[in-house]
Amino acid sequence: MTAHTTAPGVDLPLPEPRRKGSSRAPGEKALVAAPSTWIVWAGVAAFFVFLLGILTSVVVDSFGRPWFDTWLPETATAEWYSGAWDRFGMAEVIGVTLVVAVSVIVLSVLIGVPAAYLLARRTFPLKRTITLLFLLPVLMPPITYGIPLATVMYNIGLGRTLTAVILVNLVPSVPFVIMTMTPFIEQINPTIENAARMSGASMRMVFQRILLPLLVPGILAASVLVLVRTVGMFELTYLVSGPGSDTLVVAIYRAMTASGGGEARQLVSSMAVVYTVTMMVILIIALRYVSPTQLVARVKDSRED
Amino acid sequence: MSAPTAGRGTPAARRGGRAARGKSTASMRHRLAERGVDVSLLMLLPALVFAVVLFIYPFSYGIGLTFQPTPAMQEQWGAGIWSNYVAFFRDGFIFDSVWITMRLALPVALFNVLVSIPVAFKLRHRFRGKKALTTLLVLPITLGTVLTAQGLLIFAGRQGWLNRFLLEIGVIDQPLQLVNNYLGVMFSLIISGFPFAFLLISSYLSGIDPSIEAAAKTMGADWKQRFRRITLPLLAPGLATTFILTFVLAFSVFPSARLVGDASGETRVMALMAYRAFGELLDYPMASTIAVMMGVVELVVIAVVLLWRSSMYKGSTGGKG
Repeated sequence: MTAHTTAPGVDLPLPEPRRKGSSRAPGEKALVAAPSTWIVWAGVAAFFVFLLGILTSVVVDSFGRPWFDTWLPETATAEWYSGAWDRFGMAEVIGVTLVVAVSVIVLSVLIGVPAAYLLARRTFPLKRTITLLFLLPVLMPPITYGIPLATVMYNIGLGRTLTAVILVNLVPSVPFVIMTMTPFIEQINPTIENAARMSGASMRMVFQRILLPLLVPGILAASVLVLVRTVGMFELTYLVSGPGSDTLVVAIYRAMTASGGGEARQLVSSMAVVYTVTMMVILIIALRYVSPTQLVARVKDSRED
Repeated sequence: MSAPTAGRGTPAARRGGRAARGKSTASMRHRLAERGVDVSLLMLLPALVFAVVLFIYPFSYGIGLTFQPTPAMQEQWGAGIWSNYVAFFRDGFIFDSVWITMRLALPVALFNVLVSIPVAFKLRHRFRGKKALTTLLVLPITLGTVLTAQGLLIFAGRQGWLNRFLLEIGVIDQPLQLVNNYLGVMFSLIISGFPFAFLLISSYLSGIDPSIEAAAKTMGADWKQRFRRITLPLLAPGLATTFILTFVLAFSVFPSARLVGDASGETRVMALMAYRAFGELLDYPMASTIAVMMGVVELVVIAVVLLWRSSMYKGSTGGKG
C-alpha cells in the first residue's frame, strides 16, 4: 500500500491515504459501535432480562399472598416459608443434601486425585483404555447408566437409602475430578518432585510435603464444581432416592409433581428460593477461597505448550 | 535349543528353565518397572474398583437385562430375547420419543453454539465489567432445572410478567402460550445451556493465538476472510466439543420436559419414557433397553459431529479438541 515511498526526497503524502483507508488511527476506537455490536449487546441484555424475570418472579411469588391478575401480589407474607419448612421437613432435606454433597466430594477426591496423578505423570500398559474408561460416564447421558445402576441398587436392597444416593452421585463425580485434575497436575513442574526424591524423600513424603500444597488450589476448584453438580444433580438422585434420602432438588420436583396437581405454587416457590439461596451461600463461601477459572486458566496454559 | 536335543535334555532344560525363572523373578520387577508397572500403580486401584463396581458391572448387567424381557413383553411382541428391542422400534409410542428428543435437543444445541460464537467474539476484548458479566453468566448454572422451571412457569405463564408486559405495550392482544409446551422446554434448556456454551467457547477463543489473526490482517484479509480461513478452522474442535456437551445436556433433559413441557405430547422425550418404564411400570428390562438406546442414539450424533470435525482441519490447534 505504501510501495511508492522509495524515491528519496519525494514529498510523502503522510496522513491523507491512511485516513482514507480506515476511518481511524490504529489503537483508536470508534465512538459509535457497529450494528453487530448493538445486536450482540441487545441479545445479552434480553437474556439477562429473562433471567432476572425468572428469578424475581419466583422470589416475589414466594412472599406474596394472593397473586393472580395483577403486577404484584396484594400483601407480603413469610408464611409460605414456615409452611414449606414444616410440610416438607426442610431441615432434614437440607441435612441430607449437605451430607450427600460432602461425602461425594471427599470420596471422589480421595479416589480421583491419585488416579489423576498417575495418568498425568506416568505411562503404563493399557493407559489409553483406562483413560477411556474414566471418560465414558461423562459422555453418556446419566439415565443410560443410571437406570441399570439403580436396578442393581434396588436388587441388593440399597434402594432409597442415603448410601445409594452417595454411590450413584460418585459415578459422574470421580471421572470429573480425574478429568480436571489430570491437566492441573501436568502443569506442575515434575523437577520439584524429582528434587525431593533425590534429597531422600519417600513417595509418601513427596505427596505430603510437595504435591499436596501444590494441589490444594486444584482440589478446591474441582471440589466446588463437584459440589455444584451434586447439589444440582437431579436425574441420578431421583432414580434411587426416597423419603428420608431426597436431596433438595428432588424434594422440590416431588412437590411440583405430587399427585393431584402438585402442592400450592407458593410453597414450591419458597422451597426453590431456599434451594437457590443455599446454593449461592455455598458458592460465595467457596469462591472466597478459590476461583474455578483458576482451573480453567491453568488448563489452558498447559494446553498451549 | 534345537528340536533334536529337546527330548534328551529335558532335565537340563528344566534346570535351566528354573534358573531362568529364578533370574526372571529377580529382573521381572525391574523389567516391569521399565514399562511403567510398579507398586505406585496401586494408586489407580481405588479408581479402577470404582469404575468396575459402579459403572462397568451395572452397565453390563443392564445390557444383559435388555435380553431378558418380561413375559408380557414376549407375549406381545414375540421375538424371544429380542422382544424388548422389537418393542422399542415397533411401538410407535416409544419410538416416536426418539424424534421428539432430537427435535428438542438438536435445535437447542445448535442455537447455543451458534449464538455463543458472535457473543464470545464481541466480548473477547477487555472492557469494563467483563468479570461481572462472566460471573452473572455462571448464575443460571447454580439455578438448576427445577428453579428455572418454576420461574418460567410464573414469569412466562399466561398471567406472568412477560405476557403482561407484551399485552401492555400492545404487541399482542392474546397472552402467548409459552410454557407447558415445546417452547417452554426449549427456553429452559437455553437458559441452562447457553451460559455453559458461552463460557466454553470464549475459553477456546482465548486459546487461539491472536498473532495469527494479526498476521492475516497485515496481509490484507478482511474480517470475513479472517473468520472463515483463520478463526473458524482453529475454533472447530472447540465448537465440536461444545456442541457435544450442550447436546448431551439437552438430550438427557427430563425434569424440565415434565415440568414446563407437555409430558404426554410434544415433549415426551426418551428420558421420560425410560423413567416411566422404570418407576411407574416397574419393567426394569424395558427401562434398561430405552436407556441403552438413548446411549446409542447419542453416540451416533457424537460420531457425526466428530466426523465433521475431522473433515474440517487436521492439525494442532493449540487446544485439545
